[in-house]
Amino acid sequence: MEAAIIGVGMTTIEKSKVGETYADLAWEAVNKALNDAGLGIDDIDNVITTSSDFWDGRTISCMAVGDASGVRYKNCSAVEGDGTFGAAYALARSLSGDYKTTLVTAHSKGSESISSIITNAAFDPIYERGLGLDMISACAMQARAYMHATGTTPEQLALVSCKNHKNAKDNPYAQLPMDITVKDVLSSEMIADPLHKLDCSPVSDGCCAIIIANADFVKKIKAKPVWIKGVAFCSDAYFMGDRDLSKAKALEEAAKKAYSMAGITNPQNEINVAEIYDAFTYQELMWIEGLGLAEYGKAGLMLEKGIFNRDGKLPVNPSGGLLSGHPVIAAGLYRIAEVVLQLRGEAGGRQVNAKRGVAHGVNGLCGQSHCVWVLDKEK
Amino acid sequence: MENIEYIIIESGKAVQPFNYSVGMYGSKFFHELKNNRKFVGVRCPKCKKVYVPPRKVCGDCFVEMKEFVEVGPKGTIGTFTILRFAFIDPETGTQKPIPYGYGFIKLDGADTLFQHYIDVHDESKVKIGARVEPVFSDEKKGNIKDILYFRVID
Repeated sequence: MEAAIIGVGMTTIEKSKVGETYADLAWEAVNKALNDAGLGIDDIDNVITTSSDFWDGRTISCMAVGDASGVRYKNCSAVEGDGTFGAAYALARSLSGDYKTTLVTAHSKGSESISSIITNAAFDPIYERGLGLDMISACAMQARAYMHATGTTPEQLALVSCKNHKNAKDNPYAQLPMDITVKDVLSSEMIADPLHKLDCSPVSDGCCAIIIANADFVKKIKAKPVWIKGVAFCSDAYFMGDRDLSKAKALEEAAKKAYSMAGITNPQNEINVAEIYDAFTYQELMWIEGLGLAEYGKAGLMLEKGIFNRDGKLPVNPSGGLLSGHPVIAAGLYRIAEVVLQLRGEAGGRQVNAKRGVAHGVNGLCGQSHCVWVLDKEK
Repeated sequence: MENIEYIIIESGKAVQPFNYSVGMYGSKFFHELKNNRKFVGVRCPKCKKVYVPPRKVCGDCFVEMKEFVEVGPKGTIGTFTILRFAFIDPETGTQKPIPYGYGFIKLDGADTLFQHYIDVHDESKVKIGARVEPVFSDEKKGNIKDILYFRVID
């Protein structure tokens, strides 16, 4: 594909960035991305902002970060959903040939609202919302369905939490770097059976920005490009009761398409690093399998063997993942930015040996839709 | 930067009430539930899948569904959770008493799962595959709260 990511910028992910507005966060992430690419705002010819009106507590939330994202008198559009989907829109613009440089931002501040009420509002108001279903209770039911179908154990789920919180110790952007044990996870408060507190990602604030450029523009600049080899997204049924919650069919489809674009036939051998949307421990395992990086029901066993550790054959979430900091909406764009740093060899203490990586984002409840990015050091 | 105390502006108590249209399919579902304590689903003419709650379109086949069929009232637990942390009830703004159960239930004759509360007074009986029946409210309401919860049948 004739497009690359030429700059990334992340704010630290924190429990509460009370001292900063959304626009302040965008300003920081955008300027970091511009500096990273060695560009000025005049080099950017269009902007995609990604946000959610419910999380932001205002309608047309995309407009409030415009000035700080450099949109004035520029072509600007918006995506409501995860940042990976905003980036996919940006990529389409790059490939159209009409745009040379697209800046993508994604932000949210979970600290400003009551997250269970926000996620409850994603449910159908006629049949579901009044029952009080929210992200955690719905995902607990998915976790149980997945564990029942595959035999994945609570200990294996807990091991995801241990791995990711440990990885976060080398990530200066992470909110929850911790050394914890399986026992710590299993003895943490049971929130929604089978999910303990340490099976769940925290509520977070953060903003991420990336710059996507077409191949002609990449030739003209000094920045180290990371090439986009395959991108696909796929959606499943809205009502969770319509889906087989123990499987990630939409992710399997998205991954197949993205790998096919990238010429990958055996992802387990050809992908060297993965940053995955682990909003809950079980999700990392389910999504690993959906991404074809493990056989269905086998991710827990591979995790136990250390394959997904930072020094393993296929490091997953070397950044610490969402379990170590989950700014909704921005989270998927952070995954892309992390893979970019890995492939450039600039991931510091969390660096792994990787030529090709996959980044993954989710939109909707319990993985209704998935977006998969295959990135490569080389064109 | 200047060392300054950060100010927060609260949104206040104002709310934005909505009047959600339930539509013909959902209205039929709630009328049957309210007046006859029965569950209504709808069958796809192409794949024959029975959807609960009923809606116009089969997402798999992209065809319109018109054949209403009675399902349940008994069913089987597809998956469930037991809430042990007091979340805020969006309807009342107060915390629900814990523990309480949510489940996805496959009503007899349906192909999709229907979500509701599950009685968890005997947690040992709440399992995937357990048979359940609905317990209805005394008051007839015409909404999802006509069902109080599902309980495991011994």
